[in-house]
Amino acid sequence: MEITTQTFKHCDLISVNGRVDSATAPQFARILEAAMDAGRFKLVLDLNELEYMSSAGFRALLAAQRNCKRYNRGEVVLARVPQRIREALELAGFTELFKTFDDPTVAVGNF
Amino acid sequence: MPSYEFPARFESLDKIRNVVATIARSGGFSEKAIYSLQLAADEAATNIIEHAYGGASGAFLSVTCDLKKDEITITMRDTGKAFDFDSVKTPNVKAKLSKRPIGGLGVYLIRQLMDTVRYESFNSGNVLTMTKRKE
Repeated sequence: MEITTQTFKHCDLISVNGRVDSATAPQFARILEAAMDAGRFKLVLDLNELEYMSSAGFRALLAAQRNCKRYNRGEVVLARVPQRIREALELAGFTELFKTFDDPTVAVGNF
Repeated sequence: MPSYEFPARFESLDKIRNVVATIARSGGFSEKAIYSLQLAADEAATNIIEHAYGGASGAFLSVTCDLKKDEITITMRDTGKAFDFDSVKTPNVKAKLSKRPIGGLGVYLIRQLMDTVRYESFNSGNVLTMTKRKE
């Protein structure tokens, strides 16, 4: 798993590459927490290069969404979700909890 | 049918998913089914590492994949604590954000992704047997 963060005026664009499972999810969660600790609550996660995500990653997403949406201060949105990962998120009922975008630029512009 | 032994650590998950994918691919399963099998195997192994062994070091789990004409059976064995698989409540996957349960998702996904799931505890250890048919 590799994560890169780009900071924009109104939001952060976080690209998550590779595989998020129980081994790598703690690092994924820490990066999301670091953004939120820095007062960044508007997050776009670009998942274009994400190959795999288990429920360990889903839990990190859920925790981040709860934290960001508190006090209406922000939101986590997803961009370019690969089909297999979208199907797993749907199975877990997570597509209801996250806005998704085909284009990360549009997702950034949403904020 | 070969059995693969893995140290019961999260670092083994990548290898477990690779073994399952290689065997399922050789059996002609679709890429969609292969992803489902990898996810189910990962969630099952994660459960064993977390719950059966409670993160103890030096423990092992074994994985076998049995291909039949139209189905694959993945069997995982551990020698840790019995895990009451059947008592895991189905999480409400329609609940709003604040009510969304944080646990139980792994077992839920296994049940959704596989056609049959059986968990048995013996004195010698625990056996999880999961089967998926070709679509």
